[in-house]
Amino acid sequence: MKKRALIPILYILFLMLPIYWLVAMSFKTTNEILSGFSLFPQTFTLDNYKVIFTDPSWYWGYINSIIYVSLNTVISVCVALPAAYAFSRYRFLGDKQLFFWLLTNRMAPAAVFALPFFQLYSSVGLFDTHIAVALAHCLFNIPLAVWILEGFMGGVPKELDETAYVDGYSFPRFFVTIFLPSIKAGVGVAAFFCFMFSWVELLLAKTLTAVAAKPIAATMTKTASSAGYELGLLAAAGTLTIIPGAIVIYFVRNYIARGFALGRV
Amino acid sequence: MKTENQKAWFFVLPVLLLVAFNALIPIMTVVNYSVQETFGNNVFFWQGLDWFEQILRSERFQAALGRQFLFTFLILIIEVPLGIIIALSMPRKGPWVPVCLVLMALPMLIPWNVVGAMWNIFTLPKIGLLGYLMNDVLGITYDMTQNPFAAWVTIITMDVWHWTSLVVLLSYAGLVSIPDAYYQAAKIDGASPWKVFRYIQLPKMKTVLTIAILLRFMDSFNIYTEPFVLTGGGPGNSTTLLSIDLVKIALGQFDLGPAAAMSLIYFAITLLVSWLFYTLMTKDDEQ
Repeated sequence: MKKRALIPILYILFLMLPIYWLVAMSFKTTNEILSGFSLFPQTFTLDNYKVIFTDPSWYWGYINSIIYVSLNTVISVCVALPAAYAFSRYRFLGDKQLFFWLLTNRMAPAAVFALPFFQLYSSVGLFDTHIAVALAHCLFNIPLAVWILEGFMGGVPKELDETAYVDGYSFPRFFVTIFLPSIKAGVGVAAFFCFMFSWVELLLAKTLTAVAAKPIAATMTKTASSAGYELGLLAAAGTLTIIPGAIVIYFVRNYIARGFALGRV
Repeated sequence: MKTENQKAWFFVLPVLLLVAFNALIPIMTVVNYSVQETFGNNVFFWQGLDWFEQILRSERFQAALGRQFLFTFLILIIEVPLGIIIALSMPRKGPWVPVCLVLMALPMLIPWNVVGAMWNIFTLPKIGLLGYLMNDVLGITYDMTQNPFAAWVTIITMDVWHWTSLVVLLSYAGLVSIPDAYYQAAKIDGASPWKVFRYIQLPKMKTVLTIAILLRFMDSFNIYTEPFVLTGGGPGNSTTLLSIDLVKIALGQFDLGPAAAMSLIYFAITLLVSWLFYTLMTKDDEQ
């Protein structure tokens, strides 16, 4: 039993090493980074973080990312809820084909869509807006949300719907007051996944923005190339991008295993 | 079980409109470019299927496709067994379970370019922990900007670091759904650990493993940001995977026709292989 625990421990150590290195680097001065190797920061400094929190081009990157990620999560979950209900409860013309077509969009390489997305959103006048990125990320987040919610809804017995109708509930009232609470774990998991994939995606977000809605990740790539070797600053910015994910994951910690199985266990 | 109801279409309409806007218009743009030639100024000439032929025959595309298949193959044969082994050795209950799961999921929530940048900082000779360990402590020359083999080892290790947890979490979800009674029955029968795995655990993990393999295939086949930030496709072209090559042609050289044809071939391959995986893995269920 003891020996078996070694495998997960070693694995977690392996996962934490690069993260530790990033965090350690963010507390070092540029001088220390370039002058030689040190396992711990010798001259502990918060200067890198100070730059990020005082320079608008840096902290606006975070605000922009959070705005479009939140928008995307709300849109994706709201439109996916009724659709997932339809797929889990009813048969209708072309339902299987539609479901499959939705999932194929999850397989589309983002690189394929970069240029056409730029042209599409420029032509409708949404280029460099938060809503453009939020809508673009719907391409892969809505299918995923529908898939997850459908899995969770399938676990709710149909008798629940029927009893509610017999008791005289209208559909909207039933859906909001009875059905939604019974799949709230699923809604949480779906929101978590939408947040996750919108937060980590860069190619489309970068293509669709220039200044006003520029994501933090794009600010980072610019700094990496233009300002030479400001590794400490880059590390600090990277460290800060880990925090939102860590917060969100804390909220779904009890559903995480089932959530990754998309409710299909 | 499900009732027939055509009005259900109204429920899926918002999803349909949003996804169609994002999927159909861009894909039609791509199809449009793929059969035309342009010399700028929005003047286009009909080109037929020439671009497709040119791409399929080009050595550059074949080489990138070969690298892409090698990459995805290595990812699958490393991450899937490793993920299963880790999931099997995790505790089933107790206070450590949520801690393990949260820590394991963490790499997946880091923006992809930060993952690339993080591994870059981690592997730099002299500055990075791994670069320092290899070069200065172990005395192994390790520099992925010079050596293609080192670059490959690095991008594979990075992806294992980034995504093995997905397989772990999915397998683990399948494992905890097995009732204790199954294990007790196996114990009474004196089944070996291998038999328990083969006849109890593996069948229970089948659905989630199918999802894991499909997701890992799609995402590793479409990978762009992490290797691009880490190696930029180099040294030379040694780590130029399909997406990196495609972006080079489309946004770097602005060769819209060939890039569009390549996009469609690329998408078709992803769909075809996903479908093959799916049919093979769910074949037994239908019998």
